[in-house]
Formats: sequence, structure tokens, C-alpha cells
Amino acid sequence: MALLKVTKLSKIFGGLKAVSDFNTIIAPGELIGLIGPNGAGKTTVFNLLTGVYAPTEGRIEFDGAGLAGLKPYQITQRGIARTFQNIRLFSELSVLDNVKIAYHFHVRYGLAEAVLRIGRYFREEDEIEQKALTLLDIFQLAHRRDEIARNLPYGEQRRLEIARALAAQPRLLLLDEPAAGMNPQETQQLMSMIRWIRQEFNLTILLIEHDMSLVMGVCERIYVLDYGSVIAQGTPAQIRSNPRVVEAYLGEEVH
Amino acid sequence: MELNSFAQQLVQQLINGVSLGSIYSLIALGYTMVYGIIRLINFAHGDIYMLGAYVGFFCTSILGLSFFPALLAAMAVAAVTGIVIERLAYRPLRHAPKIAVLITAIGVSLLLEYGGILAVTPQPRTFPAVFPARIYTFGGIVVNSQQIVILAVALALMVLLTYIVQRTKIGRAMRAVSYDTDAARLMGINVDQVISFTFGIGSGLAAAAGVLVGIYYNSIDPLMGIMPGLKAFVAAVLGGIGIIPGAMLGGVIMGVVEALVSGFISSTFRDAAAFAILIAILLFKPSGLLGKNIREKV
Amino acid sequence: MRIQTKTDLASLACGLTLYALLEGLILADIIPPYWQLNVIRVCIYIILATSLNLINGITGQFSIGHAGFMAIGAYMSAIMTVKLGLPFLVAILTGGLAAALLGFLIGLPTLRLSGDYLAIATLGLGEIIRITILNISYVGGASGFMGIPKYTNFTWAFLLMLFTLFFIKNFVNSTHGRACIAIRENEIAAEAMGVNTTKYKVLAFTIGAAFAGVAGALFSHNFYMAHPTSFTFMQSFDILTMVVLGGLGSMTGSIVGVIALTGISAYMADYPEIRMIIYALLLIVLMLFRPQGLFGSKEISLRIFSRLTGGERRGAAQGN
Repeated sequence: MALLKVTKLSKIFGGLKAVSDFNTIIAPGELIGLIGPNGAGKTTVFNLLTGVYAPTEGRIEFDGAGLAGLKPYQITQRGIARTFQNIRLFSELSVLDNVKIAYHFHVRYGLAEAVLRIGRYFREEDEIEQKALTLLDIFQLAHRRDEIARNLPYGEQRRLEIARALAAQPRLLLLDEPAAGMNPQETQQLMSMIRWIRQEFNLTILLIEHDMSLVMGVCERIYVLDYGSVIAQGTPAQIRSNPRVVEAYLGEEVH
Repeated sequence: MELNSFAQQLVQQLINGVSLGSIYSLIALGYTMVYGIIRLINFAHGDIYMLGAYVGFFCTSILGLSFFPALLAAMAVAAVTGIVIERLAYRPLRHAPKIAVLITAIGVSLLLEYGGILAVTPQPRTFPAVFPARIYTFGGIVVNSQQIVILAVALALMVLLTYIVQRTKIGRAMRAVSYDTDAARLMGINVDQVISFTFGIGSGLAAAAGVLVGIYYNSIDPLMGIMPGLKAFVAAVLGGIGIIPGAMLGGVIMGVVEALVSGFISSTFRDAAAFAILIAILLFKPSGLLGKNIREKV
Repeated sequence: MRIQTKTDLASLACGLTLYALLEGLILADIIPPYWQLNVIRVCIYIILATSLNLINGITGQFSIGHAGFMAIGAYMSAIMTVKLGLPFLVAILTGGLAAALLGFLIGLPTLRLSGDYLAIATLGLGEIIRITILNISYVGGASGFMGIPKYTNFTWAFLLMLFTLFFIKNFVNSTHGRACIAIRENEIAAEAMGVNTTKYKVLAFTIGAAFAGVAGALFSHNFYMAHPTSFTFMQSFDILTMVVLGGLGSMTGSIVGVIALTGISAYMADYPEIRMIIYALLLIVLMLFRPQGLFGSKEISLRIFSRLTGGERRGAAQGN
């Protein structure tokens, strides 16, 4: 049973085919990489999967149900969470609050309970705080809980974004260039963290990355996108020896 | 006969509307150029129009100048004021959050209005008749000499503006900055200078509108800029903010709608009609009649 | 007992003590009538400023049409008391509900807009409300709604203000408030984290409108009349100035902003032009040198004092 099934997905922006005929079937627990040169349409695929853009054509099925017409927040509530290429934290809020917000749709207390501070209010607020702190612990950010997100170093901001996405309790996690701006050592740590969270949270992960060592190191299957179309797919070993990939990346090294 | 008199009144209101509308167009041009270039709703723009009316008033009634020198003096004073305001109040906030600049603009607007009241008292002044008021009648339709002057001056200024924007070096620089400020800077364009120039031109046009309105309604006061300012802004949004022909078109439409509403419904609903147009355009085509849609990149 | 409950009770006690103190001074006629009026004005404007802050500062939706909702509350409540002879409390509730309903109906389509466009749309809507009232002769039209009984007194104004403050504070410190703050911080990320951004924008707008309506009811029953000229966009700018002076997003900042500007107004009442010029210069200078307002989005709270006296530091994380 596929967790995510994408058939013939296309997106046209005013005559420009950003994504054309993208197909994939992802089984629960897989760790998939999406690579390709700049402007190949990778982030557009993410935006289509998360409902930011409506597809021009094609169908996206998540856990057996179509996602057509759903708003981004509804898709998140169905179990797909993401990070952003250009980090989008709640930059003026504390690290802890950033994570707490992502628990939002799991909270059941209503407006009256919040305003009068009765009923489930305190119990659920405590629960959120505990869960958020546990997540921060996992991402080694617990000591930063009261820091304003904007003041974190770049690598920590990326980690916080992943932590925040996990707080939404997704089954499918989309990571958009999680290693961008990280040094090799941080990238190494990130790799083992990605493997570990997949195990720990029972996740399926789809990631976009330019850092080939990371993609080849953690992904089990890789799709290569160029000019909006899939030009190759397969295991890291197959991708590495595919002549079309080498051509698309002409000048760039494929380790 | 019934129908005939209706048609007559309709044409009459259209003529009134176009005269009023050309004044809105002149003000709207300043809004749209400034917005196009630094994405600021310059709330103080309507007050520059008031300032222009007062300079025109003092030039004609106290210095005894005739119409054209007074018009030029008003435009010059307003242009300098516009440039000074930009330099002192807006330029330091070039990289500040939008809301800070908008609030500063509100502050500048209040300062001009109440500074004006302090300087010239809140009493309305009677604008001297700089033209012999002639009335021409064409088959029951009345056109007065003021309306002809307004249309002629407005049209001439719009042609001049179009020439400057389309055919001159500074006009090309304005278009470049409005299209992409950073790229324009990298191409060696002095962005600050272009912004100053834009404020200058926009303010000059508003001042011309102020003098024309003084001639049209014969009465000016320090708070006269508020409503026309807002309506001209609506006109700019209606035509597509940042688009120069859009401001001209929007202004004329606003004037016509206003004349029709006052002529056929009630003048008390005149202002409401302007805002209703605003809401409608914002909801159904926020990019304006001549604009294109854009959305934030994710 | 929980820390939050403790600080809530402490704040409530402080509020009630302040009430008792001021009410005592008013009853003993130590505060002259002119300043009594200004104390009531402060209470009304705190309701207006904090409710506008919920929309502008907390949710980040730039609205400048607050006077319109205030007008709805003022007129609806006056209809209740004058035309229908209903008690004041019913009139206040009706005023608040009517404003909320209108806020909801207006907010639903309008809040798709953002930034400048939303600002100008709310300004336009506020003016449409005013012009419509101006044309309804049932409520006095252009000459205003006369003969409204003076029901507003310090007690009504202060207790409703206290209620507003607690309502908004508790709202902001809940998951609903965090959703609103998330929208302010980054709308796309908020949506991606499962926040129904439309719902929360409209909710904040509706709550803000409701309290503006309540303030409007207090306003019209304080001055014996309601007049359309009280609800122009200048009124909205006044409220906005108070919020911005204190700091967008800071409730306590709004309170300080209201007290400061009402104080200036009260002292300068004989020189209205100079008062407006001071307002204008204050706005410009503030934006040039401290665009985030006096307090930014931070709160001054009792916790600061309790920390000074060696109290718990746990609560500090609760920031806003």
C-alpha cells in the first residue's frame, strides 16, 4: 500500500512547464531523494504536494485519498509537513513557541476554555509544552528554548525548522534542502539525524538536496528532475552511473 | 421629452464628471508613481494638493499673479516640499517595515493639515476668479470656462508626463527603478535621485490639481486634501497601482461615477460610492483594471 | 496553585484595588469632573486600543477602520436604550454583537487582502459605515443621535476594560492566540504548520470588532449623543496612534499609549491644532527612531517585579 501516489502531475506557469508528467509511488518508511539542477522544478513539486499551488494536471493521493482542492493547512492536518528552502521560522518568537505552534491542530480546547482558562486548557497546554521540550531535546535545542529564533545560528535554524515540522506529527516529511548552508560536519550530523527520526517517528521522508554526499548517503531511491521532467530514477548507485544525470549536472560533480 | 431630458442630464453629468475626474487623475498620478517606485501609500499626498491650492491662492490674490505663473509657482513649491518630505521622513525608513513608513506618512499628513490650520486658520478661503466665468450652452448642455481650463491643463500635464516617462533619460531611470530597484542600482542609476524626482513630479501634479480645484469650486481649506486624496488613491488602485495610464483612467472613472451618483441618486452617497468602488476592485481585481496579477514566491 | 492562575489573581487584585482607589477618589470628589471624564475616556480607549492591537499587533493584519465598528456599537446600543428602552447591559451586548457580526461579514472577504491593500480597504469600509449611518434618519442622520441617556460611569467603563484585558490576554496566551501570532510572523509557514489562517484572521478581526462595539456603546452613553463625525477615519488614526506608540503586539504598551495620548489631549484640549501637531510629530519621530514603539512587542508584567524580589523565573518564558 503506497503512502503517496502521484500520477501525471504537471504545473504550467504562464506557458512555462515547471513540472511535467511527474509520477511516483512512495511506500511507508521510504527515504527518497529529489535532485536536479537549479530551476528543475523540485520546489514546485513540494509546493504542489503541500497545496501551495494547484496542479495544472495530474493527481496526488495521500494514504489512499486525493488531495485535490485541499488548502495547505488541511494537507498538513492529513499528515504531510514540510520545511522551506529559504527558512521560514516565526523569527520573532522563541524557539519553544515556534515548536508549540505546530501542535496547534492537535489542541482540542475551545475559545471559551482558553479565555476563561477552564476545562482542558491547562492540561493541554502542559502537554504541548512537554512534547515541544522533548522534541527540542532531540534536536539539541533545549538549552535554546527561550532564545528568539532569528538569533539562532543558521544550522540551528534549519534544525528548528525540522523540529517544528515534526511537531505537526506528520507521516510524510518533506525536507527542502535541509543541509543548505551547513558545514560538512553539520551535514554528517544531519544525515544521522534524518535516519534516526525516520526510525523514531515512523516517518516517510522525501528530501530535496544539492549536497550529493547527503543524498547518496541517506536516500534509498532518488529521482532526478531536469526542466520539470524526471530524467532518471533509481538507487544511488544507478543514479551515479547514469549518463543522462551526468550530462544534466555537467560541470557539477556527482560523487 | 422625458427621455430627452434624461439623456441631456446624463451628458451634463458626464461632462462634470470628466472635469472632476481629470483633477483626480492628476492627484492619482503622484500616488501611483510613488507606489510604483517605493511601494508606499503616501497618505500625505492629498495634503500636498491642499498646499498647492494655497500657494495658488496666495499668488493670485495677494501677489496678484495671473493664472499660469501662479500655477507654476504652486507646482514648484509643492515639488520642493514633496522632495523635502521624502528626504526627511521617508528616506531614513527605506528598509524599515512597511507599517512604519505608512504610519510616518499618516503623521506627515496630519502635520501638513494641522500645521496648515495653524498657519492659515481653518476658515475656508475664496479663490479669486482668475478667468472670466463664461458659460457656453450647447443644446441645453452647460459647459463653463473653468471646466475647459481644467481639462486643457490636465491634458497638457498628462501629455508632458507621458513624454518625460517614455522619452527622457530620467523617465527611463524611473521605469527601471520601479521595475527592479536593486538591478537599477547595479546598472549605475542613482536610485535616491530618481525617487526624489518622482516625489517632485508627483507633488507638482497634485499642486496643479489643487489650483484647478480652487478655480472650479472657488473655495479652499486646510482639510480639503483628505477626501480627494483618498479618492485619488482609489483611482490609482482602480487603474492598477504603479501604472501611469491606469491612474489617468481611474481618475476619470471616479469623477464620472461621482457625478452620476450625485446627479441621479444623492450627493450624500457620493463618497460612499468611491469607497464601494475601492472595495469591489480590491476584492475582484486587486491588481486594477490595467494590472497583472502577481503572487509571493514560496 | 498554578503560576498563571496566581499571576492572574494578582493582576485581578491589582485591577480591583485600582478601581476601588479611583472610585473612592471620584466619590469623594477629589478628582475634578473634567478629569473624571478623562479617566472614563482612558478606559474606553484602552478597550479600543487593545482590541485594535489584537488585529494589527498580534495577528499582523493592518486594519485602520476601527472607528466604523465603534460607530456600530455606539448607534446599536443607543437604539436599544433610547428607542426600545432596554437596560444598558443589554445595549452594550447588542452593540458588541452587532459590531462582531459586521466584523465577521466584512472580514471574510476583505482579509484575503494583505498589507497596504487591507489597510486601505478597512479605511474605506469604516467610511462606508459612517456615511451609511449619516443617511439613516431613524438614528438622526447628519445631525446625530440625540438624547442618549448618560449610563456610562467609571464603574461600567473600568469593569468592561478589565474584562477586555483579561479576555484578550488569555486569548493571546492560548493555542488560538499563538495561531494568530504565527500568521503575523509568517503566514505561509503558519499555513504549512496546520493553522487555518483565514479562520484565525477572521476570528481576530471579529473579536476586535466586538470590543470596538462595546467601547462604542460606552462612548455614546457617555456624551448624551452619537454623531457621525466622531467616527471618521481620524478616530481610527487616533486609536492606531495609541497602539503604535505603545508598540504593536504589546497589550501593556497599548495601555501606556492610551494614557499618554489621552493625557496630552486632556492638557491640550484648548489648543486642538497644536494637539494634532504634537500627535503628528510624535508619530514621525517615533517611527524614525523607535519604529517598534515604546515597548516593542514585549509586555511589562507583574512577573518582572516578582523576579526582582526573587520570585519564580519559570513564568518568564510565557513572554506574551
